[in-house]
Amino acid sequence: MQELINRAKELLADGTVARVLGWKAGDLPYNPEPAYFETEESLKDFVYNGFCGANLSKYMIEASKLEGKTLVCLKPCDTYSFNQLIKEHRVDREKAYIIGVGCKGKLDIERIRKQGIKGIESISGAEITDEAETLTIQTIYGEKTCAYKDAMLERCHVCKGKEHKIYDELIGESKDTKDADRFAEVEKIEAMSPEEKFAFFQSQLSKCIRCNACRNVCPACSCRKCVFDSNKFDSAQKANVDSFEEKMFHIIRAFHVAGRCTDCGECSRVCPQGIPLHLFNRKFIKDIDTFYGEYQAGEDSTSKGPLTNFTFEDVEPSIVAERG
Amino acid sequence: MQRIGVFVCHCGSNIAATVDVKKVVELAAKEPGVVHAEDYQYMCSEAGQAKIQEAIKEKKLTGVVVCSCSPRMHEATFRKAAERAGLNPYMVEIANIREHCSWIHKDMEEATKKAVILARAAIAKVNLNAPLQPGESRVTKRALIIGGGIAGIQTALDIADAGYEVDIVEKTPSIGGRMSQLDKTFPTLDCSACILTPKMVEAAAHEKINIYTYSEVEHVSGFVGDFTVDIRKKARSVNMDKCTGCGVCQEKCPSKKIPNEFNRGLNNRTAIYTPFAQAIPNVPVIDRENCLKFKTGKCGVCSKVCQAGAIEYDQQDEIVTQKYGAIVVATGFDIIKLDKYDEYAYSQSKDVITSLELERIMNAAGPTKGHLERLSDGKAPKELVFIQCVGSRCSDDRGKPYCSKICCMYTAKHAMLIRDKYPDTNVTVFYIDVRTPGKNFDEFYRRAVEQYGVNYIKGQVGKVIPQPDGSLLVQGSDLIDNKQILKKADMVVLATAIEPNPDVRKIATMLTASIDTNNFLTEAHAKLRPVESPTAGIFLSGVCQGPKDIPETVAQAGAAAVKAIGLLAKDKLTTNPCTAKSDELLCNGCSTCANVCPYGAISYEDKQVNDHGIRETRRVAVVNTALCQGCGACTVACPSGAMDLQGFSNRQIIAEVDAICR
Amino acid sequence: MSIETNEEFRPKIVAFCCNWCSYAGADLAGSSRLSYPADVKIIRVPCSCRVNPMFILRAFEKGADGVIMCGCHPGDCHYSTGNYYARRRMTLLFSMLDYIGVENGRTRVEWVSAAEGVKFSQTMNEFVEKIHSLGKNVRLEDLRCRS
Repeated sequence: MQELINRAKELLADGTVARVLGWKAGDLPYNPEPAYFETEESLKDFVYNGFCGANLSKYMIEASKLEGKTLVCLKPCDTYSFNQLIKEHRVDREKAYIIGVGCKGKLDIERIRKQGIKGIESISGAEITDEAETLTIQTIYGEKTCAYKDAMLERCHVCKGKEHKIYDELIGESKDTKDADRFAEVEKIEAMSPEEKFAFFQSQLSKCIRCNACRNVCPACSCRKCVFDSNKFDSAQKANVDSFEEKMFHIIRAFHVAGRCTDCGECSRVCPQGIPLHLFNRKFIKDIDTFYGEYQAGEDSTSKGPLTNFTFEDVEPSIVAERG
Repeated sequence: MQRIGVFVCHCGSNIAATVDVKKVVELAAKEPGVVHAEDYQYMCSEAGQAKIQEAIKEKKLTGVVVCSCSPRMHEATFRKAAERAGLNPYMVEIANIREHCSWIHKDMEEATKKAVILARAAIAKVNLNAPLQPGESRVTKRALIIGGGIAGIQTALDIADAGYEVDIVEKTPSIGGRMSQLDKTFPTLDCSACILTPKMVEAAAHEKINIYTYSEVEHVSGFVGDFTVDIRKKARSVNMDKCTGCGVCQEKCPSKKIPNEFNRGLNNRTAIYTPFAQAIPNVPVIDRENCLKFKTGKCGVCSKVCQAGAIEYDQQDEIVTQKYGAIVVATGFDIIKLDKYDEYAYSQSKDVITSLELERIMNAAGPTKGHLERLSDGKAPKELVFIQCVGSRCSDDRGKPYCSKICCMYTAKHAMLIRDKYPDTNVTVFYIDVRTPGKNFDEFYRRAVEQYGVNYIKGQVGKVIPQPDGSLLVQGSDLIDNKQILKKADMVVLATAIEPNPDVRKIATMLTASIDTNNFLTEAHAKLRPVESPTAGIFLSGVCQGPKDIPETVAQAGAAAVKAIGLLAKDKLTTNPCTAKSDELLCNGCSTCANVCPYGAISYEDKQVNDHGIRETRRVAVVNTALCQGCGACTVACPSGAMDLQGFSNRQIIAEVDAICR
Repeated sequence: MSIETNEEFRPKIVAFCCNWCSYAGADLAGSSRLSYPADVKIIRVPCSCRVNPMFILRAFEKGADGVIMCGCHPGDCHYSTGNYYARRRMTLLFSMLDYIGVENGRTRVEWVSAAEGVKFSQTMNEFVEKIHSLGKNVRLEDLRCRS
């Protein structure tokens, strides 16, 4: 972390960048927040640890409008989102100085809590430079430990890889965290009967409170005005009175990001109701891979997306029924 | 709120026999916005139209719904009628209660119910209609032809004969194209130059045709009827007005070792050169990359010997900007490179040649003065083998998946000519299929086999192996006799696949004309609009659209000319107002819409916007209504709903959905 | 409009037809007097690529029991490529609906040319039959929209 801060100071000092987009400590030991730093002095508040899961690429939409370059810290998976945003002309590459930060998997406080660890006062072992495999957690009930791996976000277990797809320089080591099949959960649902599928999604989506956190955090959901807030489709409605609305909202949201979603997993991470929203996006990704060949959004910043492309031999929609 | 009139047609008994039209009138009258409803025997008749016009005037209608036959039948009729009564024609919608209702349902109650629902959907839509104005754009009465081969020349002549100005832009120093390299043409065996050069001369002499040789299209902007094109006239280093074409400079030029492109590199040319004797214009160019004067600063021989004083070493490239109403692409083809076909020993043996090289060898003005001889030792070949489909109909990525179409016929031509001129030379052809669909084509091929004794073997050649004695061993199979063949040959000719001119990709991008996976330009409709590009105002002539022989090319060139003339004959273009429109306050500038637009109608501008007090410069989509055809692909691609289609807007369609499901 | 008890199930079916092929195909079915159930109501769109997934969801929300989209055959699109985009969009949308447990028989795409009146009528007959076998759409309907 010190290396990152030192480098940020240098770049601020020599005028390469006008500000630094990173994290500062939040009000709890496990919720650091994205923050801007404009002076070397202010960087004393800079933190970077395993809880810094937020994908900062979306912040670059606004930062691209500011004077001068912004130093932005991007994890390997965030760089896919950044590439996708370049492709969509939403960020200005020239306005970003990208430090590709290493990643050894990001932490999920919910996973820690699920292990019965409550009343957390402080956590050590979550720093990026720390080689420790274990988190040591001080709680009001005494010291507890938890394997780093068991505290990781779901998305880190199905990591796309630790290679940064775009950067100006790299800082920090990465560690491979993939130990699960990305599509296993989707396949489990696909194997269900229609009744079971419906019951599953009904139970999940009925928890939705339409807080729009998923939409606000999603780097692909970067529309100036969402169709759900616009009168263009007569679909602007905030109150959720009926169960259909959540389905409509989440299906359409997933459809709008289909072929553009990099599977960064932020939607599920921020959902206060714990709805596994990534299951929608991943279903589209799986279908796109199966029907049109493997495609990873954000792999580069120029290729055609699967929904703005076609081949003469594409499968017919009837495949859905034929597949059973 | 609209003031809508609903007019229900009986269509004699066609509708009224199964739909209770009075009931439809009664229920439609209760719909929101409806201030008038009536029925009549024949709405499309003079009297029926008069009823609509009367109601528009008397009831001050702002919208009209006609419940009648299909809009494909009478939408235009009713729109015109409304327009005559002072209503915007796009405020009229049709509920199709004949083809989609009365004609297919028998039960009166059921059909009436459905007719009411269809009327409601149309009323719901009209409630959201907005008056639309067709746009107008001007037409510059001048055409640009890109490519000066037979396709370009023919199109230019046809357009010029109709009285319009035409510019031909040709990349090489002379017009004539691929056809000028050919010796004889099938199936008549007339000499290619004898039929082409008069056309070249005619084009050059035509008062309406202006030829830019040694020039390239550099930039294209604008749209149908109003293109602006920058043409780069490369520095020729020879003054076109002063040069007399005497040729002394070429005789005296000391750089004589430059591979002659016109003869496919089989012999050499000088640094100052005209590609061939009948070149038009007959003015040489200096190939600056190979000229001693340009390379070393010394020499200057051509300038010294030129009596006309035409040599101008300090000439610069010149950009000519010109406006055009129509652009015809006639960029033609080249043959593929054979570097992936090592098995045929093309790179190892001088005696393995392509068919186009054979054309030059057979030509009296070619590298061997028309004598058939081996390029290795100058001896006359006694055994000649032709290999068909080299790179054509190829399933892997070494070659092309398509049939090059001309090879079967030119090989029959070559075989026949050789057997005729050198009766003691044996000719063998290895083929997959012989394809001869064309007037007098199969007769021609059969003559080669039956009269000239050309030996056709169905089978592919696996390998050509150069032998120590200088001959070639051809290893192939005979599929009919089911046996392997080893054949000694003195010369092997490869019927090499053709491919679109490699520049076409760049040109298509400039024109926003689409190309297929093989780099052939895509036609607007494969069957019904074969000489138009999907991009309005762009027409296709010749092989740039797909493999063709000369007669087909000339026919297509004429067709492209007619289409271009049809456009140039108009003073103004009326544009369909049902086009896409972007709401700049909602637009993300993400380019997704442009990616799916088949017409290149969407561009992006950095625009100053005022979004509820936020003033900023944003990249926003702008639709060129002259190009947009109104398909709506962009509207669905747009995630924010900024892009909408006039006449079929999101809210209109949703209103129809709601009305039907109500 | 109706009280459902003891009444024959009459499905609500929305058919989106492109102007150039399928709408003309439906016209031909009409002029050839090839009948199909009155439950099918056609909405004319310029091209199948104009059909936004939101329209389909909207129809279901408002109580449609089935939605079918018809366009020109691949390769024959009036706008040359529109139906290729539509094909991908619909494949993915239908797959998603299937994934959340909506019976996949409620959605269908059929390519119908202007000459295929017979196919249009047959397709609609089949589709209505299928919707009959599936019964009322209860999973995507917004209950507030019932009247």
